[in-house]
Parts: sequence; structure tokens; C-alpha cells
Amino acid sequence: MKTEIKINMENATFEARREYDAPVSLVWRAYTEAALLDQWWAPKPWKCETQSLEFKPGGKWIYDMVGPNGERHGAIQIINEIEFEKQFSGIDAFTDENGNINEDMPVASWQNSFIQTGNRTLVVTVAKYPNPDSLNAVLKMGMEQGLSMAQDGLDELLDSLQQN
Amino acid sequence: MRRDIFQAISDPTRRAIIALIAFQSMTPNAIAEHFNTSRQAISKHIRYLSECDLLDKDQQGREIYYQLKFDKIDELNIWTSQIKQIWEGRFNQLDELLEKLKSK
Repeated sequence: MKTEIKINMENATFEARREYDAPVSLVWRAYTEAALLDQWWAPKPWKCETQSLEFKPGGKWIYDMVGPNGERHGAIQIINEIEFEKQFSGIDAFTDENGNINEDMPVASWQNSFIQTGNRTLVVTVAKYPNPDSLNAVLKMGMEQGLSMAQDGLDELLDSLQQN
Repeated sequence: MRRDIFQAISDPTRRAIIALIAFQSMTPNAIAEHFNTSRQAISKHIRYLSECDLLDKDQQGREIYYQLKFDKIDELNIWTSQIKQIWEGRFNQLDELLEKLKSK
């Protein structure tokens, strides 16, 4: 299905819209249960490893993004408000080696909304950054991950060429 | 100072300047005429765009004409499509997971 991404540099917001061919009850679970989040949250070849998740207002999701070469980026989401199967919001940040919020990295406030459309579910994610520079920094990191994805694809290709 | 294209487009006046010089190369004075802000403010934006490596300078006599480096704008497209690719990858994984959950 089509993914819509809107980046508004001036307001420092990032918006993603995506529809899923599944009822909201399932999509909600995939977004709120650690064992499920770990299976999809990290873009390949990165892996998501949840340390802990307390899905309640004020609760935290603490997890690592683990890269193909074992590099680890700690991240945290603090849940603010939950409306069951409708929306939840919170803040998103990076953590230091002690699991505390890394204040040098951008902190975003975000909201995930779930909209049932027949048998499908539309999820709208809006993330707001404190200023354009911090959104810029996050996009650049995404770019590095993208490059490592491309790199990984190249490695696979080279492997398959060598086997032939 | 080295800046990047995202910083260039994060301001409405700079976006308007980019749109103007996309059509033709212009002197700072000619650019400033299109805005209600001061010449100084426009000069600052032009300098900023230069620091983002978006402008080519063409000196003709005592006038400097600025023109847009279109390949830099392409960079922006490549960048955004890569960001989209990352999110798509993630969402496609969620599709697969949902299929598995549905069949349970």
C-alpha cells in the first residue's frame, strides 16, 4: 500500500500516512506490544530489541536499534496519552549508555492515530521537532541508515554473484 | 560555514528566492525588488543559500548574477525518496506481520 510522507521543514514536522489491510484491533496490537514491535519497527537490516515496555500513560518503551554490524542506538518513547484503538501520543528520544535521555539529540513529540476504514486501518503518525535543525539531524541519521540498507543490498548482490 | 539543502528550504523567503532564480539568473537587487523586506535581509538569505551550495555566481561587469544549481535540488529528491524508502520498508514489514496475525 501507498506510504505518504510529508516533511515540513518550517514547522519541523514529519508526517507519515499508511493504510493496512487489517482491523484496527490487530494494528493497535502491532504498535503497542513489545514482541510484535520488535518484528517490524526497525527498517531492515536493522533489528529492534525491546528492553522494556510499559504501555500506559507515563509508561516507557525502552529499546535498541541494532545495526547490521552490531552498532547499537538506544531509544526511548515515553507514553503520554492513550485512547484505546484510537490514538496514543508521547515523546521520542535517544538514550545514552545509561539509558537516560540523550539531551544532545533531538526529542520529538508525536502522535499515532488509528482510523478504521472498512476492514482496513489508516495510521497517521505526526512527529513534531523543536526546530528545523533537529528534524534535519534526524533525517540525516535516517539517511545513514538508508545508506547502510543500500550497502547491505550490495553485499547480498556481491555474495550471489560470487556463488554463481 | 557549510550548510545543507534542508536548511535552505526551511524558510519561506528562501523558498521564494529559489523559485525566482529557477527561472532566470538575477542580481541581488532584482531579487530584493520582489520582497517587502529590507535589502539586507535578502542579502542574508542569499548568503545563506550560497552556504548551502545552491547558487552559482556569474560576474558581469560590476553586477553579480545568481543562478540556481539544479543538481542540488535533485539531491533533495534523492534524500526524500531514501527517507520514504526506509519508512516503506518498515511499514511493509508490518504488513507481513499483520498477515501472520490474521491467519492465527
